[in-house]
Amino acid sequence: MSGRTALAGSVHALARAGRAVRWYTTSLLGDHDYARYVAHVERMHPGADPGSEKEYWRARHAEQDAHPGARCC
Amino acid sequence: MAARTHTEPIRTDPDLPPVAVVERGPMPASRRVLFTVIAVVGAVAWSIVALVRGEQVNAVWFVFAAVCTYVIAYRFYSRFIEARLVQPRNDRATPAETYDNAKDFMPTDRRVLFGHHFAAIAGAGPLVGPVLAAQMGYLPGTIWIVVGCVLGGAVQDYLVLSLSARRRGRSLGQMARDELGRFGGVAALIAVFVIMIILIAVLALVVVNALAESPWGVFSIAMTIPIALFMGVYLRFLRPGRVSEVTVIGVALLLLAIVAGGWVAETTWGQEWFTLSPVALAWWLAAYGFAASVLPVWLLLAPRDYLSTFMKVGTIILLAVGIVLARPTVEAPAVSSFALRGDGPVFAGALFPFLFITIACGALSGFHSLIASGTTPKLLEKESQARPIGYGAMLTESFVAVMALITAVIIDQHLYFAMNAPAGATGGTPETAADYVNGLGLSGPPITAGEIENAAQNVGEESVVSRTGGAPTLAFGMSQVLSSVIGGSGLAAFWYHFAIMFEALFILTTVDAGTRVARFMLSDSLGNIGGPLRRFRDPSWRVGAWFCSVVVVVLWGAILLMGVTDPLGGINTLFPLFGIANQLLAAIALTVVTVVVVKKQLYRWVWIPAVPLVWDLAVTMTASYQKIFSSEPRIGYWAQHRAFQDAKAAGEESFGVATTPEAMDAVIRNTAIQGTLSIIFAVLVLIVVAVGVVVMVRSVRAGGLPTTEEPDQPSRIFAPRGMVATPAEREIQAQWDELERARAGTGARS
Repeated sequence: MSGRTALAGSVHALARAGRAVRWYTTSLLGDHDYARYVAHVERMHPGADPGSEKEYWRARHAEQDAHPGARCC
Repeated sequence: MAARTHTEPIRTDPDLPPVAVVERGPMPASRRVLFTVIAVVGAVAWSIVALVRGEQVNAVWFVFAAVCTYVIAYRFYSRFIEARLVQPRNDRATPAETYDNAKDFMPTDRRVLFGHHFAAIAGAGPLVGPVLAAQMGYLPGTIWIVVGCVLGGAVQDYLVLSLSARRRGRSLGQMARDELGRFGGVAALIAVFVIMIILIAVLALVVVNALAESPWGVFSIAMTIPIALFMGVYLRFLRPGRVSEVTVIGVALLLLAIVAGGWVAETTWGQEWFTLSPVALAWWLAAYGFAASVLPVWLLLAPRDYLSTFMKVGTIILLAVGIVLARPTVEAPAVSSFALRGDGPVFAGALFPFLFITIACGALSGFHSLIASGTTPKLLEKESQARPIGYGAMLTESFVAVMALITAVIIDQHLYFAMNAPAGATGGTPETAADYVNGLGLSGPPITAGEIENAAQNVGEESVVSRTGGAPTLAFGMSQVLSSVIGGSGLAAFWYHFAIMFEALFILTTVDAGTRVARFMLSDSLGNIGGPLRRFRDPSWRVGAWFCSVVVVVLWGAILLMGVTDPLGGINTLFPLFGIANQLLAAIALTVVTVVVVKKQLYRWVWIPAVPLVWDLAVTMTASYQKIFSSEPRIGYWAQHRAFQDAKAAGEESFGVATTPEAMDAVIRNTAIQGTLSIIFAVLVLIVVAVGVVVMVRSVRAGGLPTTEEPDQPSRIFAPRGMVATPAEREIQAQWDELERARAGTGARS
């Protein structure tokens, strides 16, 4: 009985760790940026059209084109 | 226990939950015990690293000594700086909140921002410098990496980040102009540009040295370009926004490219196509830098950046775990005879100042101030998070540097010098190299030519003799560590090329982004001159973009080519210039910080930025002085220049390591360029520092001067102060989550 709960507990912990790693990598690389942008538009300009995800990334990259960020050694 | 902690929520709007919480109180007993234990473990580890002689030290002690020092410094010194100097206020909106556009200004989770900031500051620098510095033994390098970071580098990063966060995320150049006036600002801007050029050139030289005559390495690195293009197209047209998905695909392809490199290097056509001479590689790199600078970001730069970020975090964790599991023993002496005599073959000069020049990134890196201002502050949620991000990320980079040092000191010392001494000394073949290193008086049994050949074969390379630049040595040490944990000697060649690949990947990311940034600096400066040149301000004007890219690439390409063909060994002569340049940038950043502290009349705490500034100036100015004025040809650029000129005037056909009249001319030309660059760097920085001193004196006389800090804006968001949220902060976060749900609920109904 206790063995089973311990197993369930460790599976649970493992799943949690997996979700945390997934959340971290996706946030770091920018998977959620568009969703954030949509939420931002809804909050700041209710009713405005945030545009598609494709358009968002085009604009982001155009921005980066015009304002490059340095990388260190 | 908890009753003794005083908790005070701070509200900026009665209708909202608190935006910050102030918690005061003595440290709980359990914490005190914990920090005492950490301090004791650290002290024990340091004494083992520093004092144990005659028997071999285990590398794990380096890890303990470093990590315990970081924990104590982070908990106590960075908090001290925060309380006395930075005085962050979390009820004040950061630029990210005030100018939030969900693009470049955007409040970003502190843990995610830590990753971004770390990926931007850490590259190949902390991996290469410590490897070269290992010629002086393990002790001086380890102490400088850890202490220099804790008292210097991390302080600089943290303070510049805090400064910029209160100034709309302005860049270092802009802040220098604002705080030091126009003259000082222009000098700072020119210095930043010139320093950037030399940084790109030397990093490119490291890549060239790692890949020259290595078909395996060249193939794997060449493959990163089509992989990046594929990722770019995938994200643009097929599945926009699926960044982690495409990155996982990209990393898988990257690993495949490393494995495939081994197969390709076995074939005759592979050897024919991908065995490139250093000069050919230098031209390819220059062409690549130009293309990256003018091509759209989405096609090449952005996807490479994703790959590089992913690989950076992944490999560093891998290496740390590898060292802890493999627990290798150290082969190098604590302090080598070269440190005392200053005649080492890897780089010339005495311990002071040249060790502190060689290890810049990882201890004190001025380049970080360009990231800590401009990019990161625009993403900061709360002012107090500048501490975990600015100070914390630099501690992490310092740890990377310690690991790099470990990989260099655990390999056989004879092999280390065979790999790192310039070809002029080793003669380039296993036999001559064995003779050379056996004559150096190193500890341990002498090496045979066969052993050097075996070492090369083991990692799938033609030769390891005089593979200078640090990257091959790091890869070699890393392969030794990782293959002892995973895969045994069968995987040694894979790990070697894996390490070469990620170092080259980091460096290429710096080269392409750096070329682009330098191009923009140039076009901005040209545009600011006015008149018909005003058109350069328009970044979409293609002619201007192409022109400025060509200028930038020609500048660093010329230095790269000079290094590649240098008869004296490019790394040997150029790496000091790289370190000096990087730390002179730190002098500029620390001057700006010190000026602001004086202007705000925080005189009692001015030593916090002033001590690293004075130390940095002592190091860089002594090094510059010796490089310019030393009468010893090995150290002084101009002394070398004169020695070769005299030899030429005397009608000699060969001199020293230069065996032909052309090689002699090359030395005469190169030393003149290097000497001139040394003078330019030092003079520009002295101007900036002098202007800083004048402003400080003026400020003290006037009883303080206004700074360009932005006026207060009340914050309307909440985030924890540090990396880990306290119970009180979790409670407030729950109130905000509740509010968010309520808002979403009413939004759905209306």
